[in-house]
Amino acid sequence: MGIYNKFAFGAALVAASLTTATMAYATETKHVAITQIVEHPALDSVRQGVQDVLAESGFKAGENLEWEYQSAQGNPTTAAQIAKKFAGNNPDVIVAIATPSAQAMVASARNSNIIFSAVTDPVGAKLVKAWDQPSPKVSGVSDLTPVDKHMGLVKQIVPTAKKLGVIYNPGEANSVSLVDLVKTHAPEHGMEVVEAASPKSADVQTAMRSLVGKVDAVYLPTDNTVISALEGIIKIAEQTDIPVIAADTDSVKRGAIAALGFNYYDVGRQTGGMVVEVLNGKAPGDLAVQGVDKTELYLNPKAAEAMGASIPEALLSQAKEIIE
Amino acid sequence: MISSFAFFGALETGFIFALVALGIFISFRILDFPDLTVDGSFPLGAAVAASTIVAGLNPILATLLACIAGSLAGVITALLNVKLKILHLLASILTMIALYSINLRVMGGPNQALLGVETLLTPLDNLSIPYYIAYPIAFGVLAFVVLGLLVAFLKTELGLAMRATGSNPRMAKANGVNTSLMIILGMAISNALVALAGALFAQSQGSADVTMGVGVIVIGLASVIGGEALLSTRTILLWALACVVGSILYRIVIAFALNGEVLGLQAQDLNLITAVLVTLAIVAPNMKSKLKAART
Repeated sequence: MGIYNKFAFGAALVAASLTTATMAYATETKHVAITQIVEHPALDSVRQGVQDVLAESGFKAGENLEWEYQSAQGNPTTAAQIAKKFAGNNPDVIVAIATPSAQAMVASARNSNIIFSAVTDPVGAKLVKAWDQPSPKVSGVSDLTPVDKHMGLVKQIVPTAKKLGVIYNPGEANSVSLVDLVKTHAPEHGMEVVEAASPKSADVQTAMRSLVGKVDAVYLPTDNTVISALEGIIKIAEQTDIPVIAADTDSVKRGAIAALGFNYYDVGRQTGGMVVEVLNGKAPGDLAVQGVDKTELYLNPKAAEAMGASIPEALLSQAKEIIE
Repeated sequence: MISSFAFFGALETGFIFALVALGIFISFRILDFPDLTVDGSFPLGAAVAASTIVAGLNPILATLLACIAGSLAGVITALLNVKLKILHLLASILTMIALYSINLRVMGGPNQALLGVETLLTPLDNLSIPYYIAYPIAFGVLAFVVLGLLVAFLKTELGLAMRATGSNPRMAKANGVNTSLMIILGMAISNALVALAGALFAQSQGSADVTMGVGVIVIGLASVIGGEALLSTRTILLWALACVVGSILYRIVIAFALNGEVLGLQAQDLNLITAVLVTLAIVAPNMKSKLKAART
């Protein structure tokens, strides 16, 4: 009897310690695995942003968070093997930074929760069916230029704008897709788009001249050809009083009135927010794909004056940087 | 130390790259032609297969088309060398850099996604065994079929003429072998195999990417040389087998290197660890036989 009792007590003790052990694991230690295609300042900041948000939300690496990081060092084949390693470990959340890493992860880790980041076109990359229709286990943050917000900015600086000129090089794939977005979003802000093609830097001024008299404002997407000849556009804009709004913040220093940019650390923080939601029990499928949320406003009041426009006080107070 | 998922994944990638290793075996070893075209023909195969599959072509035809595209790339390198008398290494580099632009054209951009599209591998998703085991089995069967065909070919009269071209071009010519034709044919076969690997890799990884070719030559060479160091190269069959084994081992080494954190290593050390492990794998058998020799 005594022996039997001891045995039962021992078994109960073992059982109890086992259950507490598994419970402690379930409630306290989370496992996040993160990978990026290559070491690159922008992608590294994304990773840092994710890690900082996790720490602020109480998931600290080394304490209650198992944080695993792998870089494919620029090699897509290695990215594929990292995907398989992560699939085998099956962490609570996998974070995949940049398109090739995200695609490899979605192809290999079919049973894991995947949050991607810094993927410009998640639908074109076939990671999700549509922005508002994430896969059950896949969602994330895109670093697509927030064209919609840019159109809002144009409207705030030139409230009367009915026709918006866009100068771009039809040979740059990126510009073509951006102009398509402009054509989608400009009408939502009551503007009609007038295109001016500039296949070479030497054609940029001609393109700008062709817009004079036809448009109330000009928007410049992040087009290498056009931006390289920005000064020529600014000169004509100042002579003819056409406000020029750019997509990249550097152009504001060079004479454009305004631009709404973003930085990759904030993209990472936004991604981290989604990761925390999944760690707290949500499925990626419940979270729509997000565009860049936090933007940085750069303004150049002198340029505005030269182009016959004025920047509203409300905007000036939101600016991250005002170029003097 | 590595999960079964990671292990089968290493096998899968290893068998795909075994095709690259066999291709490089033909160019480097049989023809004695240092061929860097593979850094371009691997993504070319991926790009052609991915673009045509997305355009609605049957995946089998798309994969065949990828092989044809790859063989054309090999033919161009060979022609630059034998007809225009450009040094073999330079000829292959020229084709390689040209292929970068061509791949962008083929895909209409830097990346062509294949996720959720019907590919050669889709039938394997519905088997009773899990996909991560089915894939390596399928690729393994294919690698050995290719190996068998290749070895059989190298034993035919044509194959022997090709081997003669590589080992002693003067003698081969004297015996009436058209060495130029042999180089063109060999390079076509070599790059067709590499493009086939690219096409399969794109379908297993869900995308073709213009950067996919980075370091394919390094991986392939490491597989061939590593395999040769570990196994016998006495017969053509054993030699080709060594290439396949070398490719698998290379992938298993990377799978272990990805677990470097156990040793306090970090993600950025991956390439260094891989290089060290491959060096050890190649040197170890030599050291062992030297030790044995010293003892007797």
